[in-house]
Amino acid sequence: MLITKLKDREEIISFFDLRPFVFKCFGCKEVYFPEEEVDRLIEDNRNKITGIARVDYLCREEFSKVYIEKVSLEIERSGGVVVFSCGVGVQVIAKLLEEKKVLAGCDTYYLNGFQGLSVQDFNCQQCGECYLNYTGGICPITACSKGLLNGPCGGAKNGKCEVNPEMDCGWELIYKRLKKIGKEEILKKKKVLVRDYRRIITEKPVVKE
Amino acid sequence: MTRLKEALESKKFVVTGEIGPPKGVNVESCLEEAEKYLKGKVAAVNVTDIQSAVMRVGSLAISKKLLEMDIEPVFQMTCRDRNRLALESDLLSAYVLGIRNVLALTGDYVTLGDHPQSKPVFDLDSVSLLKAMKDLESGKDLAGNELDGAPSFFKGAVVTPCADPLEPQVMKMEKKIFAGAEFFQTQAVYDIGLFEKFIKEVSHLKVPILAGIVLLKSAGMAKFMNENVSGVFVPDELIKEMSVPKEDRRKKSVEIAARLIKQMKDMCQGVHLMPLGWDKEVPNVIESAGL
Repeated sequence: MLITKLKDREEIISFFDLRPFVFKCFGCKEVYFPEEEVDRLIEDNRNKITGIARVDYLCREEFSKVYIEKVSLEIERSGGVVVFSCGVGVQVIAKLLEEKKVLAGCDTYYLNGFQGLSVQDFNCQQCGECYLNYTGGICPITACSKGLLNGPCGGAKNGKCEVNPEMDCGWELIYKRLKKIGKEEILKKKKVLVRDYRRIITEKPVVKE
Repeated sequence: MTRLKEALESKKFVVTGEIGPPKGVNVESCLEEAEKYLKGKVAAVNVTDIQSAVMRVGSLAISKKLLEMDIEPVFQMTCRDRNRLALESDLLSAYVLGIRNVLALTGDYVTLGDHPQSKPVFDLDSVSLLKAMKDLESGKDLAGNELDGAPSFFKGAVVTPCADPLEPQVMKMEKKIFAGAEFFQTQAVYDIGLFEKFIKEVSHLKVPILAGIVLLKSAGMAKFMNENVSGVFVPDELIKEMSVPKEDRRKKSVEIAARLIKQMKDMCQGVHLMPLGWDKEVPNVIESAGL
């Protein structure tokens, strides 16, 4: 969980229109997680969700798989899945629920000296402005070698990255995932994304022991 | 208004050329070639920006040199080496030096070039660089601060028309237009069928497109591009055609380029010639294509 903050209230409230299923992770909560705020949000919107799973270490794919099986009916009935966790947790759920719209409820902030608890296929750079809601749950900062926010660079060959041919082109994965969930129009949005590096420099929360 | 913009607005079929600055300070031969083979024959000349991430003389300096020679440059800018402060500052500098055409690119990754140890920047990308230009034109920088005097540019971008899948390319092209792109130059085209398909896909976008023509130098080069260069597809027939004795290759290459131009002439607004060192052949290509 590292350090997370809830995304803008307005954005999160709009998620409930989907009639979603909610995952709330409380692994590594010893660090910092707006748990009470999330609980309040869920309580306020109780009748708008198909169910909730409170789990720890959502980032562990094999555990999450089991959780998902337990709540598969509620997930099936939902119009999407909202995940309150760090960026890794969201990406794991998005991978396991390829055909669902998976949304991040939090931004993950940079935390000195804390890099998660286990080796992961997915990476979260703790950029403090989670982009997973634009990109189908695949992180453009870590899955794209150039960390591009506005689409593929055009350097991929046969789906592989120009920097490392062993690596898939992150943007082709994003495009395919969005297409699968019928949300490729997100990429057509008239919006130019520019990173705000203050989030990892001057705006990162200070954790007091 | 730049000559390039004027030419495109006049609905003439427009030709642009390209030069790559040298690695080292001996710029004379590169400028001489531009004078001899490009001046008066093309509407504008692109100057590549640390092409292939191989360190060399900058695009800004050579663009200015071209201006002094009365050749209109297209100042290429990549996002690989500079953060937004440096990019915006260089844009202002370019304007002050009289440079008006700017082409925004993301740029090859540093590990592909000759300084693989260096730090990759990519603070902005091709889309946000276009936005930065548009913001500067409006009198404000990307952070919203007021400028004392706003520049004005003719803003270009690139697209890969033969990419597979094509849809993400089209989406990004739309994004570039939204961000401010006013013209497009494309990655090399060798397959007319694929190009025609692309042109149909983007027929709703009202921006001039200059199709990229890279002179084939040998059958081996064609095969290499097929295997390694993104979005470039040289059909087998062209590879066969290029399989001629070394002394006949230039002639064959010019013939193929001219034929491609003739085939594409009614589909787009011009061509962008990338001779990759064979600058001498540019006038021959233009003549053989009947332009």
